[in-house]
Amino acid sequence: MSLLTVSGSPHVHDSQSVSKIMYGVVYSLIPAMLVSFYFFGLAAILLTLTAVISCMAVEYVIQKYLMKGPVTVFDGSAIITGILLAFNVPANLPLWMVVIGSAVAIGMGKMTFGGLGKNPFNPALVGRVFLMISFPVHMTNYPKPTAFSTQLTDIVTGPTPLAIMKESLQKGESVAEIIPQIPQYAQLFLGHMGGSMGEISAIAILLGGLFMAYKKLITWHIPVAYLGTVLAFTGIFWLIDPGYHFNPLYHLLSGGLMLGAVYMATDMVTSPMSPLGMLIFGIGCGVLTVVIRMFGAYPEGVAFSILIMNAFVPLINRGIKPKRFGEEVKNG
Amino acid sequence: MKTFKLGGVHPPENKLSEKAPIEVLPLPSVVSIPLSQHLGAPASPVVAKGDKVKAGQLIAKGAGFISANIHSSASGTVAKIDDMPDSSGYRKKSIVINVEGDEWEEGIDLGSELIRECSLNPQEITAKVNEKGIVGMGGATFPSHVKLMVPPGKKAEVLIINGVECEPYLTSDHRLMLEKADEMLVGITIQMKALGVSKAIIGIENNKPDAIAHLKNKVKDYPGISVEALKVKYPQGGEKQLIKALINREVPSGKLPIEVGAVVHNVGTAFAVYEAVQKNKPLVERVVTVTGKNLKKPSNFLARIGTPVSALIEAAGGLPTDTGKVVNGGPMMGKAITSLEVPVTKGTSGILIFPEREAARKPVQNCIRCARCLNVCPMGLEPYLLSVLADRKRLEDCEAERIMDCIECGSCLYICPSGRPLLDQIRVGKAEVGNMIRKRSQH
Repeated sequence: MSLLTVSGSPHVHDSQSVSKIMYGVVYSLIPAMLVSFYFFGLAAILLTLTAVISCMAVEYVIQKYLMKGPVTVFDGSAIITGILLAFNVPANLPLWMVVIGSAVAIGMGKMTFGGLGKNPFNPALVGRVFLMISFPVHMTNYPKPTAFSTQLTDIVTGPTPLAIMKESLQKGESVAEIIPQIPQYAQLFLGHMGGSMGEISAIAILLGGLFMAYKKLITWHIPVAYLGTVLAFTGIFWLIDPGYHFNPLYHLLSGGLMLGAVYMATDMVTSPMSPLGMLIFGIGCGVLTVVIRMFGAYPEGVAFSILIMNAFVPLINRGIKPKRFGEEVKNG
Repeated sequence: MKTFKLGGVHPPENKLSEKAPIEVLPLPSVVSIPLSQHLGAPASPVVAKGDKVKAGQLIAKGAGFISANIHSSASGTVAKIDDMPDSSGYRKKSIVINVEGDEWEEGIDLGSELIRECSLNPQEITAKVNEKGIVGMGGATFPSHVKLMVPPGKKAEVLIINGVECEPYLTSDHRLMLEKADEMLVGITIQMKALGVSKAIIGIENNKPDAIAHLKNKVKDYPGISVEALKVKYPQGGEKQLIKALINREVPSGKLPIEVGAVVHNVGTAFAVYEAVQKNKPLVERVVTVTGKNLKKPSNFLARIGTPVSALIEAAGGLPTDTGKVVNGGPMMGKAITSLEVPVTKGTSGILIFPEREAARKPVQNCIRCARCLNVCPMGLEPYLLSVLADRKRLEDCEAERIMDCIECGSCLYICPSGRPLLDQIRVGKAEVGNMIRKRSQH
């Protein structure tokens, strides 16, 4: 017998690990990925591969040559950032722009702060917003979904339902006039709408979310608070004037809300720790999203809302404490 | 089914030795009996080198209110009183006795006949428990007589008996409940009398259905005692968690269970109280689980205090060749020992042998803020935050974040996917904050 190991208790450990958690999220993204491959074809596959490979490459280079520390590109977190960045841009975005977006997402969004777990903002959203500000034309020119296509150029493009809604309302059209121009609920639910590559199919994203909840990778708090707030907030406006405001269900199913609420806002690194904090975070995201959609210059506000709320996370963690044992003495 | 609400984990149970009846371990050739086997001041020796002692004879007297008497566990000659290694990893003053036989002090009833009636009054019971050196057998080793004395102004309403055994692997309490149920129940009745309560609840986790059924049947003869099955969840054996689970009361921060009218004793303690009061027998032996996945014969032994751990492992089939770690106690709260020659003490509930591949911890990675530690903390603390604050020596902040509420159950370190040394840092922080509070109160 060799020497005995001596360490502090506990002496047994849960089998969960960082990479298992990360790959669990990657697997949960598969349904949404397949839907986008179906609607946007080869372009979507190339986009995803480019984003994932460039995210991993950027992380590798920074860890190996700048930080000169351990290289952890295979822990799965860079893969998630890559996939989510691809999900957040139009499928026909030039690939060199995707490479730049990846470099910003990983380089600026994550490694600047010290790498995994230390970034205050969601890296994929940092990449997306950077691209949106730098290449506004390309970033708002969305390909129309078609059943599997192998075309890479000359794809039919058009605005997203939210953009149609915003523009038409500003032109003075009524909801009744706009409805025929935009996809039906069932189409939105399945993914037949214009939009960023991975945000189109509500059902695929919900499936992934349920898988993550089952695997205990996320809890219900943020998605439910986020979606519930949007539903309630837009519902109030709709009840006041259904001629000028859209059905809340339409808000729920269009744009990047589903992707944002299930994947972007639930990123454990950049969201609050306590359940109550998560609810506040989700409600904040919901309120900001509706405000931007209804009153802002952009048709969609999910990315900005989440980034803004990310900035409040340290404050929420500081202010909202979990329920302590023995605090509420109800004896009897 | 009842359980506590906040946090908790469910590690694999691995109760390998639950079917192994308690076996009496033969006397070793030497016993090494530490003077500090309990919380509080070490006992002071009343024998000297060369003295002849009998089993059950007082060899060290409790020093002060929170302390406990220590008795010889065998008959023989005191070889030396010296610093010897013990399971804490330090050398502690111990009385070493060369065993020459098994001759017992007079007046100790070694028969197995059950004596149900107890004519002693509460003061006499407490005095007897004190005299016989009984301490909490669940692992915390708090002197039992102190817990039987209700402080002035407080009132005990219910006696809670801890038969939870929420630590994985350990089965000593389980076997005791199956094999010594009547003795234990008489012990509980005596404790109830000392405390002046008419109600006692035995909490047992649902992974011991045989013990629950057996005791439910037995308690019919013991008025006031009931048995409650609990959902399996660690750390249900924690005093505060068990009180919450059984009577839905929360002991306030920094207070004792008596604050909510409860007193908690372990099943092993109840048995020891029976032996002390009814049989006049001091605490010189205890049930110890010896277990491990690669151990030939996971067992439960009735071992004399002072027996070297190596003797127990030998009796359980010998140390497996791939052993990487030996733990005194359970896998969640036990201490890794540095030598196999350390003795069994009053608090040794188990000896756990881990193979090499399970001996090391996970590699430490960055915190990914998954909040698992916060979700499993049974005290509602934020381990990720406390560990960082403790590491940076921000002691005032640690105190404000209630680091002293931590019961060191290890759930946070168990669950952490990044393998971060959460509890290690919190322990250091607790010690330093404790010092800070003591200094402050001196001014």
